[in-house]
Amino acid sequence: MSVIVQDGGFIADDFIGEWLDLTSDTDPATLKQYAGSAAIRIDFPAFSDGRGFTLAKILRLSGFTGRLRANGHVIADQYAMARRSGFDEVSISDELATRQPQEQWLARADWQAHDYQARVRRPATAS
Amino acid sequence: MYTYNDFDEAFVRERVAQFSGQVARRIDGSLTEEEFRPLRLMNGLYLQLHAYMLRVAIPYGTINPDQMDQLALIAEKFDKGYGHFTTRQNIQYNWPKLPDVPAILEALADVGMHAIQTSGNTIRNVTADHFAGAAADEAYDPRPVAELIRQWSTDHPEFQFLPRKFKVAVTGASHDRAVVRAHDIGVVLKEQNGVKGAEVIVGGGLGRTPMVGKTLNEFVPFADLLPYIEATVSVWNLLGRRDNKYKARIKITVHEHGIDDIRARVEERFTQIKPTFGGIDMEMLAQIEQHFVAPIFANKPVDAYTRAYENDPVFRAWADTNLAAHKNEDYSIVTISLKKPGATPGDASADQMRSMAQLARDYGHDELRISHEQNVILPHVHKSNLPALHAVLKGNDLATANAGLISDIIACPGMDYCALATARSIPVAQGIATRFDELKLEHEIGQLKIKISGCINACGHHHVGHIGILGLDRAGVENYQITLGGDGTETTVIGDRTGPGFAYDEIIPAIERLVHAYLNARLDAEETFLQAYRRLGMAPFKEALYPPKEEKANAA
Ligand code: SF4
Repeated sequence: MSVIVQDGGFIADDFIGEWLDLTSDTDPATLKQYAGSAAIRIDFPAFSDGRGFTLAKILRLSGFTGRLRANGHVIADQYAMARRSGFDEVSISDELATRQPQEQWLARADWQAHDYQARVRRPATAS
Repeated sequence: MYTYNDFDEAFVRERVAQFSGQVARRIDGSLTEEEFRPLRLMNGLYLQLHAYMLRVAIPYGTINPDQMDQLALIAEKFDKGYGHFTTRQNIQYNWPKLPDVPAILEALADVGMHAIQTSGNTIRNVTADHFAGAAADEAYDPRPVAELIRQWSTDHPEFQFLPRKFKVAVTGASHDRAVVRAHDIGVVLKEQNGVKGAEVIVGGGLGRTPMVGKTLNEFVPFADLLPYIEATVSVWNLLGRRDNKYKARIKITVHEHGIDDIRARVEERFTQIKPTFGGIDMEMLAQIEQHFVAPIFANKPVDAYTRAYENDPVFRAWADTNLAAHKNEDYSIVTISLKKPGATPGDASADQMRSMAQLARDYGHDELRISHEQNVILPHVHKSNLPALHAVLKGNDLATANAGLISDIIACPGMDYCALATARSIPVAQGIATRFDELKLEHEIGQLKIKISGCINACGHHHVGHIGILGLDRAGVENYQITLGGDGTETTVIGDRTGPGFAYDEIIPAIERLVHAYLNARLDAEETFLQAYRRLGMAPFKEALYPPKEEKANAA
């Protein structure tokens, strides 16, 4: 079983439908074709494998607006990174959810605060 | 100098709070040791041979006196009374205790400093020319761009778990003092048709597979620079090898795919990423530039300097080696050597840090720099103040007149501190410096850069030393390999291996033979070691290093 983490904390999986599963070594050149999918899961085989963050970002840049889930070994400290890269949620194992309970994830649910990226990407003010 | 705004300030405070929480969560088991490791690394905390080591960033090497005082305080309160300045414009504390680390980070935040991304597989502390804003040969001050890159790279959500570390260096001068061609990305500021921008160099690096960086793009206008760098790191994040950490750096990716292939991928990614930048970054850059306007230079006579130069040979010797040309001809750039023969290169005591901070207040327009050569720089000193400044340096054991000379050695921590070391490097540096001090030959020899690494990772930059020394382990015995002709400037060259290595007790005599061979072979005192090597090649030096057998027999 797995636990779904969103900004509000742990939720039971409420998705009904087909996931499109992508591995972390997916060739970015192939991502465009998935832009119209309803829901995509990107696998995190190890928390130290940061490819999923960039894949998420490119999917979003390719026009994908469906549900995007980081699936696997993502730790609470990476929750803000996942959200900022374009994921809607994270799916973790029960073991990880026990070791890193909900409050540790909620501590990073303020992912929009203190974000240098959002800051350097704001629109220009001058005309 | 850049000072934190409310956002920067809140960010570092939040980060300290997060790290304090992570330490607590490691202790209660929420985080496994494996999970905690990259988190402590991205906050600058290493586990070394004997203890933890905390590496604090000095972004683009620029620091003010209050910050320097704080570094002194930390050295006294949490360490053994000294700190070690590194080849990447960081300071390392070798003896902090884990429970003290949050307090140290808090103390750093109090003066607008941090240890963020000084290690781990992240974009590391951005480095720049240590003479920035002062050098006579500078066209553009690299610090505003470096600060912008610092902000963009800090906590970048995609780039905290890269295939390997990623280092960026920036220069704006014709003479490259930032070794930009030995970085993952080197940025060289320039102008084209009245538009400011930069040449972007990629894939340089030392380590076990040394490579000179290649030009990825001749000219990227400032407005495109962040998205262009982001595109480059983004391409590498997916393409870089994760199966073998020795092949993970971008230099290998560039080598395996070819620069043209990488360029095409970067261009394509750039067109995707560019629209996500709204344009505020150029306004931020303009604001940052306001922090780096030159000080108001004094206009007064320099007689005191001229008098001391003519009458005091000790001052003259120091002035000849440790001063560099400033934009304003009444000013000098002062290099304070942290390389007294016999001392550990790059170490400074708390008292020395405080006296340097005070000198910056009294004579240096409140600015200090840390050079990648592990010295401290006062970038703006009016010449009339140099004699008084020199007197204070003498009183604090900081007046060694050896900048750029044979005893101004770069050495990594090696076996004395580093868990990865295969040999000692500090004692070799100390031995060479002490020997040539005894011989009183240093000034006669002139410009000569010796760089020493204690293992193949090359933190001591041995590949780009005029003489490079690499300490290896041969069946449990230290063995030192020599390379010649390396160069870390705008004409970057990786040094050539001479042949078999030397034992610990043979390496200093070997260096002495090399130097004598140079002195015998040079055309005149004007021809430097590097020039002589380029003219003559390896042969005469090899002969000196490995004398023929009979001679050895005769000598014996
Ligand atoms: S070169 Fe090797 S021994 Fe020296 S600091 Fe780097 S990793 Fe440690």
